[in-house]
Amino acid sequence: MDKDLKISRKKKINQAIAFSLFTFLSYFIVAILFVILAFLIYKGIGVLSWGFISEMPTDGMTSGGIYPAIIGTLILVFGSMLFAFPVGVMAAIYMNEYVKDGWIKRFIKLMTNNLAGVPSIVFGLFGMALFVNKLEFGDSILAGSLTLGLLALPVVIRTTEEALKAVDDTFRQASLGLGASKWQTTSKVVLPIAFPNIITGLILSIGRVSGETAPILFTVAAYFLPKLPSGIFDQVMALPYHLYVISTSGTNIEKSREMAYGTALILIIIVLISNLAASRLRKYFGKKVKMN
Amino acid sequence: MHKIESKNVNFYYGTNQALKDISLSIEKNTVTALIGPSGCGKSTYLRLFNRMNDLIDNTKLEGQILIDGVDIYAKSTNVDTLRKNVGMVFQKPNPFPKTIFENVAYGLRVNGVTDKKFIEERVINSIQQVALWDEVKDKLKKSAFELSGGQQQRLCIARALAIQPSVILMDEPTSALDPISTAKIEELVYELKDKYTIVIVTHNMQQAGRISDTTGFFYMGELIEFDQTKNIFTNPKEERTQNYITGRFG
Amino acid sequence: MKTNYKKFQEKFIEGLLMLSGTVTSLTVLLIVVFLFSEGLGVFNKKPIDDDFNLTIHAENRISKLSPSQVKNIFDQKIKNWKEVGGKDEKIILFKIDDISDFYTDDQLGKDFKNLSWCINDYIVKHRGVIAFFSKKYISKNFKGKILDVDKIKVSEFLSGDEWFPTARPVAQMGVKPLILGTLWVSLGAILIALPLGLAAAIYLSEIANSRIRNILKPLIELLAGIPSVVYGFFGLVIIVPLIQQLFNLPVGETALAGSVVLGIMALPTIITISEDAMRNTPRAMKEASLALGASKWQTIYKVVIPHSASGITAGAILGIGRAIGETMAVLMVTGNAAIIPTTLLEPVRTIPATIAAELGEAPNGGVHYQALFALGCILFIITLVINLLVEFVTKRKTLSKH
Repeated sequence: MDKDLKISRKKKINQAIAFSLFTFLSYFIVAILFVILAFLIYKGIGVLSWGFISEMPTDGMTSGGIYPAIIGTLILVFGSMLFAFPVGVMAAIYMNEYVKDGWIKRFIKLMTNNLAGVPSIVFGLFGMALFVNKLEFGDSILAGSLTLGLLALPVVIRTTEEALKAVDDTFRQASLGLGASKWQTTSKVVLPIAFPNIITGLILSIGRVSGETAPILFTVAAYFLPKLPSGIFDQVMALPYHLYVISTSGTNIEKSREMAYGTALILIIIVLISNLAASRLRKYFGKKVKMN
Repeated sequence: MHKIESKNVNFYYGTNQALKDISLSIEKNTVTALIGPSGCGKSTYLRLFNRMNDLIDNTKLEGQILIDGVDIYAKSTNVDTLRKNVGMVFQKPNPFPKTIFENVAYGLRVNGVTDKKFIEERVINSIQQVALWDEVKDKLKKSAFELSGGQQQRLCIARALAIQPSVILMDEPTSALDPISTAKIEELVYELKDKYTIVIVTHNMQQAGRISDTTGFFYMGELIEFDQTKNIFTNPKEERTQNYITGRFG
Repeated sequence: MKTNYKKFQEKFIEGLLMLSGTVTSLTVLLIVVFLFSEGLGVFNKKPIDDDFNLTIHAENRISKLSPSQVKNIFDQKIKNWKEVGGKDEKIILFKIDDISDFYTDDQLGKDFKNLSWCINDYIVKHRGVIAFFSKKYISKNFKGKILDVDKIKVSEFLSGDEWFPTARPVAQMGVKPLILGTLWVSLGAILIALPLGLAAAIYLSEIANSRIRNILKPLIELLAGIPSVVYGFFGLVIIVPLIQQLFNLPVGETALAGSVVLGIMALPTIITISEDAMRNTPRAMKEASLALGASKWQTIYKVVIPHSASGITAGAILGIGRAIGETMAVLMVTGNAAIIPTTLLEPVRTIPATIAAELGEAPNGGVHYQALFALGCILFIITLVINLLVEFVTKRKTLSKH
């Protein structure tokens, strides 16, 4: 009995040590996040102003605003989603509602997973080889949007698939039982139910695409372009690329620091807003879509 | 002294009362069956005996449960020691993702036993007790998942026996098994009675009739009737018990 | 008539959906085609600029050298022709900048109009010479011999110790330093991320109550949402100077800085996947352990972790994959020196960073351009292997569970 108590005490001590270590490390990770956020907000908040987001950069990009980069990123996000959203949703519908279990489904799934695992710089290479050079779009909004769109495609497919899977089968059976066709069932019953979750996925993809740099390096991004594009074959500036150049290779790195903090904060704000919006939507509609 | 004694036990999940004023006593080296329709509280009650319900947040217990005269919910009671003394077998066979040998040795190891020879003897002995030895003696190093469902369940019983408890709780141990495996387990329970006090929750009334000495009938969180099994099945005092065992509801 | 129309519409829509379903497969296929057709092109090319020549004395019996031999000759590591299979003759290096050491301004003529003649003359007079100059200086009656350079070999590409694609006279295309750089940074990252990530996964799935979990999970997701360029920037302004001061280094842009940043970035992947795996441990299995008198902690490390081992492995592999493919953050904090690293405190250059840094300067279709695509191929193969590995690991798990 005495020995039992001793062992039991040892077990308790071990557990207490292990658990406090895990708890500590978990909060350490959260602390890292807060340090990053707090630092960027602290340094960037003073830079933010109406002028910063509405004016052109001046003095070799050491002062002025980042208006063209913001507009450029908006255009690229819009352009990429214009491609990825419909294609991704349709692909997910095909995968979840139409194709039967078997090698075709497994193959498409494997390929989608593989595409999701392709590093973003490889998308950049590919976009340059196909869109910029082969199809002769040149460095352009078109080439950049398509490249980003391909990168976002697996994300859209996965979130949409999860949204569709969350729709209870009885809805489908009920609709089919009333004599509705497959497409009628999908479009009138399944999609409306899955819609909120699909939109959640879309918002998260937007958050991701707006921060991608490597795919646009060689397909669209301009170092300095103090005017807005006039067509889809023009180059644009973009926030993440802008942050990269002014913090590593600008004309005057020290002098552009202020602008870099401001740009980083804008990027963080975009991510925060998209994550917040997505989680609000999730809460509002109850069910959950996972990003990974 | 009774082996297990339950005095005016109330149990709550949050504000929902799951057990209402349960009092009963269980004698040493007997098999007690707890029967009743699903959701009647019999499993919840069983899980009080090894404090398994401690793991669920937001629960509350009133009253006393004594094992060998000791209040198992007293502050001075050590949960690890209690659980060592009160073994448990679950609804579905749930071996660990380990070898057959390690499954049985598990309880010894987590309770601080390091003597290899002792562990080996105890493991072999426990497997023999559940009549599984001939079937597994050549594959002790194989994964426990390679066994059939019935064998897995007997392994889980051996696992519980290895730390030499005095009480064994069984929560519908045969509900996931085929009739032949079920018969083997029932036979085993009957044999184990010599050494252990067994409390078994079951859905299967024939089973309760076959293997138990005493039977308790639960309904909506209340213990309706608790008596010798033969009395319950032949001459129940309560109408609700009568209705249940004759299959009028459940 | 109406049902016919409806049928047609159904079929049309199904076709459209199927077409969308094939886009990802098609993209993977196209990536393979473009990457490999450009990337493999590098092995069909000579690593010497099209406009330039290597020439030797006409009687020198050597007619072909490998890129590394040329490099060693110009680095003066090879000093005699017999070392590359020629006669015992000292090698004399001739660079066009040195021409005025040998010929007077008069001989060279006004605006170097006799330059071609002088080069020819020099080569004819020196039996051991090797000269590197632009094709336009080859005169009509050139008496030297134009030396052939071997094509880039796959083995040299993979095992070469030097990455210097703009080197003269021959480009050096050894990817070993880049591969090693990538591995060092990624391994460093996983060494940081794995223990931290596992701790958090255990905490979230087994220790924290649901209220805390619901607060922490979105925060971890937020960590995954921060763009890599922002991580890079943060690394640049905080972690790099920190490392420089901490270890008293000349520069803070090191493999370690990359590992730290990548480690933070790999955390969400590892946490999410391992936590999912742990939460999938059957409740009954955990209860069985507790019922045997095991503590919660014993149950975690003896039952939960072994049960979710394949999920944890998958998380770790995917985390490494993320780290290997990550571009911007690494590009910004590792210093990008293409040298074979010996410690984590030196600058290194990874494969993705090399592509990002050099593609803009590499002329389309040239050797350098194609070499970068070859790097892309290596990266693609690595990620493909990682994906298949994960597929394999998780499949094995479902098998063992029946």
